[in-house]
Amino acid sequence: MALLRCRGLRKEFGGHVVLDQLDLTVAEHQVVALIGASGSGKSTLLRCVNLLDELDDGTIELDGVDISDPRVDPDQVRRRIGMVFQAYNLFPHLSVLDNITLAPRRVHRRGRAEAEAQARELLDRVGLGAKADAYPDRLSGGQQQRVAIVRALANSPRLMLLDEVTSALDPELVGEVLAMIRDLKADGMTMVLATHEMGFAREVADEVCFLDAGRVVESGPPEQVLGEPTQPRTRQFLRRIIEAGRL
Amino acid sequence: MTLLDHVPSEAQLRRSAYRRRQTVYSVLVAAFSTAALGTLLVIAVTGAPGWDRVRRSFLDPEIARDALPTVLSGLWLNVRLLVCCAVGALLLGLLVAVLRTLRGPVFFPVRALAAGYTYTFRGLPLIIVLYLLTLGVPGLRLQGMPPVLVLGGIALVLTYGGYLAEVFRAGIESVHPSQLAAARSLGLSYRQTMRHVVLPQAVRRVAPPLLNDVVALQKDVGLVSLAGPIDAVRAAQIATAQTFNYTPYVVAGVLFVLLAIPLIAVTDWVTLRAARRQSGG
Repeated sequence: MALLRCRGLRKEFGGHVVLDQLDLTVAEHQVVALIGASGSGKSTLLRCVNLLDELDDGTIELDGVDISDPRVDPDQVRRRIGMVFQAYNLFPHLSVLDNITLAPRRVHRRGRAEAEAQARELLDRVGLGAKADAYPDRLSGGQQQRVAIVRALANSPRLMLLDEVTSALDPELVGEVLAMIRDLKADGMTMVLATHEMGFAREVADEVCFLDAGRVVESGPPEQVLGEPTQPRTRQFLRRIIEAGRL
Repeated sequence: MTLLDHVPSEAQLRRSAYRRRQTVYSVLVAAFSTAALGTLLVIAVTGAPGWDRVRRSFLDPEIARDALPTVLSGLWLNVRLLVCCAVGALLLGLLVAVLRTLRGPVFFPVRALAAGYTYTFRGLPLIIVLYLLTLGVPGLRLQGMPPVLVLGGIALVLTYGGYLAEVFRAGIESVHPSQLAAARSLGLSYRQTMRHVVLPQAVRRVAPPLLNDVVALQKDVGLVSLAGPIDAVRAAQIATAQTFNYTPYVVAGVLFVLLAIPLIAVTDWVTLRAARRQSGG
């Protein structure tokens, strides 16, 4: 059954159409990779699904419930969706541990001890146990992004939205973050990830969607979309990626 | 960082020796120019034709000693008033700044009121607010009217609250929208986001200008003496009127500077720390 179903999404920014009649369906435990040039609408789509941006048309269903209905409490929706940003967006005034326990304690009203125990366990699992009391500015980009993923996981989300989570990283730090996402897939996490890492999309995604001008131009298994694209715009995009040495 | 077993090269030794010589030279130049300027100033002031008269009427040590106790007791009033008004104005400023950020039609009157307040009280001269509160309000002859000192304190809080509210608001607006997006995406409500993510960062960032306004407030608390209470400046004025000598004013001025030094030092330290934190990130 579909965990997330987007139908006819439309979003405009100042007369510019960013999402145009966009449809997307994500089944439970499925990993969907969104690819496409900058400005094709990948980030806007993720922000709309998390209700950070308001839709101009269309509906979004999560677990069969229309979350684009304005009567739905967006805070209730967001605590079931984890989101990770390109620029990590950790809270610089809080330690790693406090970054992770903020939502469990304030949103889910867990006790400090319980929330911290859970956070330490998650940190240990990704090899960052020693960094629990450090502040974000003492961590490398890769470590910060892994903490950001842990922070989103601490809410036990149904769905993870990853917005170009490796784009701001130095090349040698990309691997540690991708390894973590690979583990999430192995655990059965449902994910939608916007990415420029074509090799990773091919490896981890069950489905790849190529976005152009706010529409899904082509979608299907990675081997098909990345290997034998049928649409001219997909081919053109992939050719440029290959020329840039990214595939 | 050099390792312990590192032996500096010939070139590095020559560079270090050159830099040491330059440092000694700089210190000598600074000492000489300071001494020269100081001597010139002393000669210019003490050599002035009216110096003896000025010294007698502004720097009389005997009068200074006599005036010190009353000026000091006046200063105690300044200190107490400063602490109360600073706390009050900071709380009011923070409250108004947060009210101005509220969104939604329900809060329109609150936003309008908060905006109107900062416009009015930043434009209105403090002396007029003081007169309105300490002379006008008691004129209403209401039951349970607070003493004039409290009314004067309220005038100070209202005026400085307006400035501090704008400083807090600048801090709130300086927090990047991506921080809000991250907090909201975790399911935190607007209030929780403000309380746990935005305000802690905003207050840290604007701590130096906030403290700077408190230093300014320290000088303005004395204006309550316009309504009767005797602060340090008023005490000095009374002593001056009794002796026909201006030395008490100088005493009060020196005490004010001494009082401001710790506060200014704290401000500088906080500013420095904030700058380090930012460059360290």
